[in-house]
Amino acid sequence: MAQGIKDKVAILGMGCSQFGERWDVGAEELIVEAFDEALEDAAIDRSEIDSAWLSTAMEFVNVGRSGLPLSMSLRLPNIAVTRVENFCASGSEAFRGAVYAVASGAADIALALGVEKLKDTGYGGLPGGASGTLSPLWSATGSAPGSFAQLASAYRAKHGIEKNDLKRAIAHVSVKSHANGAKNPKAHLRRPISEDDAINAPLIAEPLGLFDCCGVSDGAAAAIVTTPEIARRLGKDNIVNVKALQLSLSNGSESGHTSWDGSYFHTTRIAASKAYAEAGIRKPRDEVSMFECHDCFSITEFVTTEDLQLSPEGGALKDVMDGFYDADGKIPCQIDGGLKCFGHPIGASGIRMLYEMYLQLQGRAGQRQLPNPNIGLTHNLGGAPNQNVSAVCIVGAA
Amino acid sequence: MVGITGYSAYIPKLRLQRSAIADAHTWYDPSYAAKGRGERAICSWDEDAVTMGVEAARGLVREKRPQTLMFASTTGPFADRQQAGIIATALSLEGDMRTLDMTSSQRAALGALSQAVASVNEGSRDILLVASDKRRARARSPGELAWGDGAVSVSVGCENPLLEVLGSGMNSVDFLDHYRASGKDFDYDWEERWIRDEGFSKIVPEAISRALADAGIAPEEVAHFVLPSTISRAAHLVARAANLRPESIVDNLAACLGETGVAHPLFMALNALETRVKPGDFLLVCSFGSGCEAVLMRATEAAAKYTPPISVQDALALKQPETNYFKYLCFNRLLEVEEGKRGEAAEFQTSLSASYRNRDMLLGLVGGRCTQCGTVQFPSARVCVNPQCRATDTQEPYSFRDEPAKVSSWSADYLAFTPNPPSHYGMIDFVSGGRLMTDFSDLEVGDIDVGMAVEMRFRIKSMDHPRGLPRYFWKAVPARAR
Repeated sequence: MAQGIKDKVAILGMGCSQFGERWDVGAEELIVEAFDEALEDAAIDRSEIDSAWLSTAMEFVNVGRSGLPLSMSLRLPNIAVTRVENFCASGSEAFRGAVYAVASGAADIALALGVEKLKDTGYGGLPGGASGTLSPLWSATGSAPGSFAQLASAYRAKHGIEKNDLKRAIAHVSVKSHANGAKNPKAHLRRPISEDDAINAPLIAEPLGLFDCCGVSDGAAAAIVTTPEIARRLGKDNIVNVKALQLSLSNGSESGHTSWDGSYFHTTRIAASKAYAEAGIRKPRDEVSMFECHDCFSITEFVTTEDLQLSPEGGALKDVMDGFYDADGKIPCQIDGGLKCFGHPIGASGIRMLYEMYLQLQGRAGQRQLPNPNIGLTHNLGGAPNQNVSAVCIVGAA
Repeated sequence: MVGITGYSAYIPKLRLQRSAIADAHTWYDPSYAAKGRGERAICSWDEDAVTMGVEAARGLVREKRPQTLMFASTTGPFADRQQAGIIATALSLEGDMRTLDMTSSQRAALGALSQAVASVNEGSRDILLVASDKRRARARSPGELAWGDGAVSVSVGCENPLLEVLGSGMNSVDFLDHYRASGKDFDYDWEERWIRDEGFSKIVPEAISRALADAGIAPEEVAHFVLPSTISRAAHLVARAANLRPESIVDNLAACLGETGVAHPLFMALNALETRVKPGDFLLVCSFGSGCEAVLMRATEAAAKYTPPISVQDALALKQPETNYFKYLCFNRLLEVEEGKRGEAAEFQTSLSASYRNRDMLLGLVGGRCTQCGTVQFPSARVCVNPQCRATDTQEPYSFRDEPAKVSSWSADYLAFTPNPPSHYGMIDFVSGGRLMTDFSDLEVGDIDVGMAVEMRFRIKSMDHPRGLPRYFWKAVPARAR
């Protein structure tokens, strides 16, 4: 029986760039911006980093392939740098690489950095990108909003929810994230909106309107990790430890077998269960203080609250409308604005989520600071509801 | 006796209202004000002569595997790739069957029919002839108003024919009423009155008299006279010249379909069979183009009892009026429109080796059925998709072409590039248990919901314009009422 990752690795320092339409910079500048903050926070020299992981998903837009963009931008001392890509969950994958390196003892200090420079395509929304020589010849043509929008049709059919009731609930999801994002100086979108703004916005993919979709942003985020012992030796207190780190990937059942009804994330349910077991959490709704989920679209966040066992199955509508996930609710969600408003530079997003949990746990979240959070969870998803990569990470006080 | 033993029709769902065409052009030519009557069938952006051909052929193939498959068209998308072969693979008929394309003349289909009859007389069995045309006309050209898109298939054999072929007559003449040069998009034609007086009136009667002589029938015995022509009164003048009774002239379907090119003689004849022919009646079917071919047939008792997979009348009835002329121009790429950066980014090269390796899957919608647990799945895979099975190398080919399905999730996507936004796609579950994330076609905003019954159609999934390759696959459309 594996021992799991709980309390083997501590976060030594984190950094995050300004997210947004960074027309003036490329990947190199974004990498340096996030890294400099993390390095200063960790209070080490870059020569002390043993190993590094770079996550970027749409490398063809600007960043380029391999670990070289990271090694060269930071002039790292010829150490190992591995580039990872796991769709929009790439950031969590880079973090996982660094954490495992430290946990194994192969590295004392490791770096995970995610970056994406998306605003070089000439159009809004995510670029499609290459999907192999066979898949585009048969798999349905679509965009990210169109694949995730399907959750709404299946969820409504399963739970017998009226179209307008779901539309208002997902509008509330976005209103809450906009309110939170307005308080985050690094966020891409900082304007509060009303439910009616969200409901009346132009349709992107039925039933998702413009405000149901997250920002497509440029940005980078970085984490430097080490063991709790080394962190203490370096003079750190108020240490944040990794409590659980789980990844679950589709194996084709959802897309090829009718056992899945299309209304939830099969992988998220598995990753969440394993993560709670790893972290020793028995009652997530009572024990999780706050979370950042992969709110690429409002409907994704909506169904994910159930997949993370925070809302009971079929209970998301009531919880959302009751304000359970608002900043002043029982379990604040997307307190930094989330993908929705902080923005979604793909390769950076998983690490950006951890950045907010880390700041909150250390009491450094400024205007957004929650009272005494104890356990933070991040959920980072890549792919589409029927075929995806789901990462769940839990962090908490050492 | 040899003849037509079965048939099936396919007409694309959209019917462009001629009033929409007339409204667009009357400013330029006031005579258009009087031309806005009736409707014509138009393909959606994802249909061509091959996709229509597959739809027309599939019902007949279900009944019997043919020995030969002929595809007749002058508008096939390929100059050098056998279109009958695409249809054969799409219907899982690859292998020892003979396939061939007949083209280059408006009488390609009737010529193919005579050839098929001759082959059966010489000992061949069961020939499937697919006639299909999607003629491209310049905006504001006569063809834009007069033509229609459609396909029909007939099986030719000697078992229990509906229409026995009694004789035929030829008049091969290089009469240039119109032509389309290789590599050109559009026809070039000559004055209608000359075509009618020097072409139809002189060339067709000679072919008719030869066919009547071949069959030993007098002109007044012909009960149904089929002659496609978009020229006013051409059929009447020919009938008079050939001593045919005026009431024998069969409706040319101009009001509800438009002239479907090489397929049209068959469309008119089969529509007549459904609406006016009685057993024992003689039909004279003529096709004008590079001269004329005339075929004399007799309806049998079997015709009265026959139910085609899709009748002409049913195909005509399944329709949706389209009043947006601009949409027709866009679907046919008759207008340079901005398709946006997403349209530009959607372009990609097609791997011919990957397509060939997976041709049964892509053209035939063939997935797998696990022989261990019975689970059907798409695509077929080495390891079974059933979480309770996971057996390796147990799958046999299983086609989902003819299987009904229901929508389990969907969206109408305004962001993704498609020539016909919004892009409708979603998950469908087949009755047998397989599922597919598929594109939907032939539906409008608001038509779809979870639980809706759908069925599969052979369509263009996406078009590789720079390399001229339609990438065929299957899409779900609302199920026909049964």
